[in-house]
Amino acid sequence: MFIINCPYCGERDQTEFSCGGEAHIERPKQPTELSDDQWAEYLFMRKNIKGVQFERWNHAHGCRKWFNMVRDTSNDKIQAVYKMGEKPPVK
Amino acid sequence: MCNLKPLNIQYLYSIYDQNMKNKYSIFSLIKNALSGHENWQRAWRDPEPKKEYDAIIIGGGGHGLATAYYLAKKHKLINIAVVEKGWIGGGNTGRNTTIIRSNYLWDASAGLYDHALKIWEGLSQELNYNVMFSQRGVMNLAHNLQDVRDLKRRTHANRLNGIDAVWLNTEEVKKFCPIINTSPNIRYPVLGGTLQKRAGTARHDAVAWGYARGADAMGVDIIQNCEVKGIKRNGDQVEGIETTKGFIKSKKIGVVAAGHSSVIANMAGIRLPLESKPLQALVSEPVKPIIDTVVMSNAVHAYVSQSDKGELVIGAGTDSYISYTQKGSHNIVEETLRAILELYPIFSRMKMLRQWGGIVDICPDASPIISKTQIKGLYFNCGWGTGGFKATPGSGDLFAHTIANDEPHKLNAAFNLNRFVSGDLVDEHGAAAVAH
Repeated sequence: MFIINCPYCGERDQTEFSCGGEAHIERPKQPTELSDDQWAEYLFMRKNIKGVQFERWNHAHGCRKWFNMVRDTSNDKIQAVYKMGEKPPVK
Repeated sequence: MCNLKPLNIQYLYSIYDQNMKNKYSIFSLIKNALSGHENWQRAWRDPEPKKEYDAIIIGGGGHGLATAYYLAKKHKLINIAVVEKGWIGGGNTGRNTTIIRSNYLWDASAGLYDHALKIWEGLSQELNYNVMFSQRGVMNLAHNLQDVRDLKRRTHANRLNGIDAVWLNTEEVKKFCPIINTSPNIRYPVLGGTLQKRAGTARHDAVAWGYARGADAMGVDIIQNCEVKGIKRNGDQVEGIETTKGFIKSKKIGVVAAGHSSVIANMAGIRLPLESKPLQALVSEPVKPIIDTVVMSNAVHAYVSQSDKGELVIGAGTDSYISYTQKGSHNIVEETLRAILELYPIFSRMKMLRQWGGIVDICPDASPIISKTQIKGLYFNCGWGTGGFKATPGSGDLFAHTIANDEPHKLNAAFNLNRFVSGDLVDEHGAAAVAH
């Protein structure tokens, strides 16, 4: 449980948000040409990192907008929050 | 008969000595009581790692230790090690709510979990270690019409698979567990439930210790405080592991690291379909016996049993985001306790004593992975999510078979990694019982 700085609404309690999992997974450009292995990679395989991870969040009980977050999963500390389509501000 | 050796008393005594010296029994208890309990042998050694093993198990929880035990016992693989970054049983084995049941929906799961349940039934005798397996029954409640339909369907599926299951109506639920509030006026009234009588609980620490002692007695090295830092590969074949106690060589490596499975997978350069999240549990102050079974409610997310010490053991849900913090959020506890209080008003003045979290590795289909990988000699046993404890003996047995034969047993063939490519998933979200 932590405080999230929504890029649209400011600081709110984490319980207002829902987590959409790993960020920057690109939808296949030509789905019809994907092999089963590639589909499995896209749909199911995750980095599930212990440490700094990029993820998508939705302010479900607020502005309902999606945005990205850089968070350390080993201590839940948020390093940055940035809008969809923007480049991550940290490496 | 011509091979009969002449009777040799000393030889017989040495056999007796080897087998009985460390056996726990009423006689060893009396003998040690008379000497003030100061001469008990330690239950397992504390060895330094050798340079090379025939197989290494990463993770000294119940599943890992059981794997080592069955590798040694059934597959005669003695030169093996279990490496554990902390202490054995200090992860999810010591953090779960100890519930054991096998009432899963699909045939593959029924086979897997009931295999485990059958081993549980004789485990204390087999290990010569009291795991306090108690078949007090597990009841799953229905709170809406869809629950009723799903649970009845599951009851039928269970019985077709030879697993005991009965449907109880509201009155029968009340009779089986009188403290449940079955009033039709509560927010989510109890419309009935299923009961598996062979299900129950066991003492989780004892499971880890019993398997550790049994494996150690057969020569397995249990190496604690030894964290894996890297997996060495030579092309498609594993060569060994880098650890905080140096490099250890082995051509077969079984990973049983629960919430940290992805961390190990990343070291080996492969990805798994897992997300690791904190799952919480809490216990109350100890009270006199009040609930003599396990009651689970999927819809309102509340489940409760009572430990032999008298504490109420309550399981809460997972956090909705990936985290390795072993804590869990307060709002999750609050939601669970809210549901518990509505279902069991008698608990309203109970005080909670302890709360903790464990990191569970959740698969997209809420079923585990017991599988080979694309790397030769590297095996994974993971994805048990929120309910792995119940499967400990079966999981160890089947994973040992998979490692020893480089082929899955027929009972874990469906739980391979390739199912995420083929699409042949084993969707157990309904029977996994807590919020996955």
